Amino acid sequence: MTEKKPRSLLYLDGVSVSFDGFKALNSLSFVVEPGELRAIIGPNGAGKTTMMDIITGKTRPDEGEVFFKGGIDLTNKDEAEIAQLGIGRKFQKPTVFESHTVWDNLELALNRSRGVFATLFYRLTGEDKARIEEILSTVRLTARRDDPAADLSHGQKQWLEIGMLLAQEPELLLVDEPVAGMTDAETTETAVLLKEIAKTRSVVVVEHDMGFIRDLGVKVTCLAEGSVLAEGSIDFVSNDAKVIENYLGR
Amino acid sequence: MITLFLVKSLDRTIIIAVAILLALAVLVPALNLLTAPDHPLHVPIYLVSLFGKYLTYALLALALDLVWGFCGILSLGHAAFFALGGYAMGMYLMRQIGARGSYGNPLLPDFMVFLNWKELPWFWYGFDMFWFAALMVVLVPGLLAFVFGWFAFRSRVNGVYLSIITQAMTYALLLAFFRNDMGFGGNNGLTDFKDILGFNIQAAGTRTALFAASALALATSLVITSGIVRSKFGKVLVALRDAESRTRFLGYRVEHMKLFAFTVSAMMAGVAGALYVPQVGIINPGEFAPGNSIEVVIWTAVGGRGTLVGPIIGAILVNGGKSIFTAAFPEFWLFALGGLFVLVTLFLPKGVVGTFQQYLARRRAYCVAARKNEEAELAAAEPTAAE
Repeated sequence: MTEKKPRSLLYLDGVSVSFDGFKALNSLSFVVEPGELRAIIGPNGAGKTTMMDIITGKTRPDEGEVFFKGGIDLTNKDEAEIAQLGIGRKFQKPTVFESHTVWDNLELALNRSRGVFATLFYRLTGEDKARIEEILSTVRLTARRDDPAADLSHGQKQWLEIGMLLAQEPELLLVDEPVAGMTDAETTETAVLLKEIAKTRSVVVVEHDMGFIRDLGVKVTCLAEGSVLAEGSIDFVSNDAKVIENYLGR
Repeated sequence: MITLFLVKSLDRTIIIAVAILLALAVLVPALNLLTAPDHPLHVPIYLVSLFGKYLTYALLALALDLVWGFCGILSLGHAAFFALGGYAMGMYLMRQIGARGSYGNPLLPDFMVFLNWKELPWFWYGFDMFWFAALMVVLVPGLLAFVFGWFAFRSRVNGVYLSIITQAMTYALLLAFFRNDMGFGGNNGLTDFKDILGFNIQAAGTRTALFAASALALATSLVITSGIVRSKFGKVLVALRDAESRTRFLGYRVEHMKLFAFTVSAMMAGVAGALYVPQVGIINPGEFAPGNSIEVVIWTAVGGRGTLVGPIIGAILVNGGKSIFTAAFPEFWLFALGGLFVLVTLFLPKGVVGTFQQYLARRRAYCVAARKNEEAELAAAEPTAAE
């Protein structure tokens, strides 16, 4: 395992965490390679969100190692530091800044220095403007650029949030249930968009929608009770006896 | 860089507000000093000081709005920063009395002689110089806010808990300043001021100058606050107010952002306190009373939190009402104030200014929609006309 560390983008080994005696993660080991798109499935309470909390610094593990880009230890860093290192996260519920316009949401997410004085004297350069416009057209919100984010539909908010993640230019993107509450057409479009994004960075998607995961056509990891149950192609995983028993149902 | 920051801060409302304040700073002193007392436009000196006091309250409300309206920190202890700025100014004014006090001691203020103190405590050194006192007016509240905010924001104390500890802070200061051996005049505070910068503090010229200084300080703070909230930093403040953890996951150090806003706000409150004290002629621990900080919240809510001119209008309206009400029906004022807060929260949650802005925005949207409809009708009518 140790020789694998330097090459992989994200490396979790033997990670455990418990809340009030409940073991949310039970010596979980998990590796994401650069440029990989990975789907994670698993029943409720399998530890999918907790795993994301650990990677993004919201929760600290009781034991185990978490390394990013080979040598960077994530267990002693906080959310802002980890975000600046290049890990972006999309939540289950779309969280955009409702009172800001679509444009301002993207401007805030843009990967620029984020200190007090840097933001106080920030000037929108031509380069930044072009980048925001590019993202607006990628997520198809150009027409809504000056509207407050609160006025967007549910699907549009999800897309705006994906646009914000693009603006952040992360090397690793964690996406929690991106198609929850979306129409079928939106779901298909989102799969296309995620595959597009994964061309230039690694993406980890947590999802319940098996059709969507089939659309993605990538390596799947199934979690249950805080550890990895099976890993492989969607057909391999969905035929696994343990996965059928734990998650898909007999 | 700085000029761009200031230019960006100006929009129409701010320009109008600053222009009004500057005009007041010139006109009011002129109408007091240059007209005879029986002239119909004469502004009596008591009114000049009364409105000067309102302007310092408005500055305090503006300071609170920066943290409450734009950053979501409901500080229930902002009057503490105001009072600390006031005490710094009061100490300067005490040292200006010199040997003219009742005990004629050239060095020690009267209350120290009365308590049989033999020498000046170390923390009174330097307050005989105006520049030093002026520096302390911003430094002391700023430092307290910085230290307090450092611990509170780093431990992620939020919402009601934060409000409660700010309230506890001002209460602790109230109790401390009540003690005689703190060295700030105890219960009686600091009073009997004679001069400021060598001018008699009772003279009409000095009092009108203090009014003008208050108006200028308010105008300057308005421009600075506007610059802050309209910068990208201001957008981050609003973002963390609405979705703090999302802002963190974007890579912003939320605690640094809050700390900066809180410290700047405390400094502005300190300046307000320093201008308040010479105009009312006294500062005592009562200024730290928790109720005072809550009143500031009411002014800001009435005017409209999250708007910049709102708190200024709110502070002047409520305090004007208070002056009239307490003279006419003294026993009913507190009921009126409480009722006002309930009514504003229920029916004008955005305050007077916020509601007005909402109305304007709605009318503009309606006009745009009406024009679009008209155009669409014209476009639909055209082909038939062509036939």
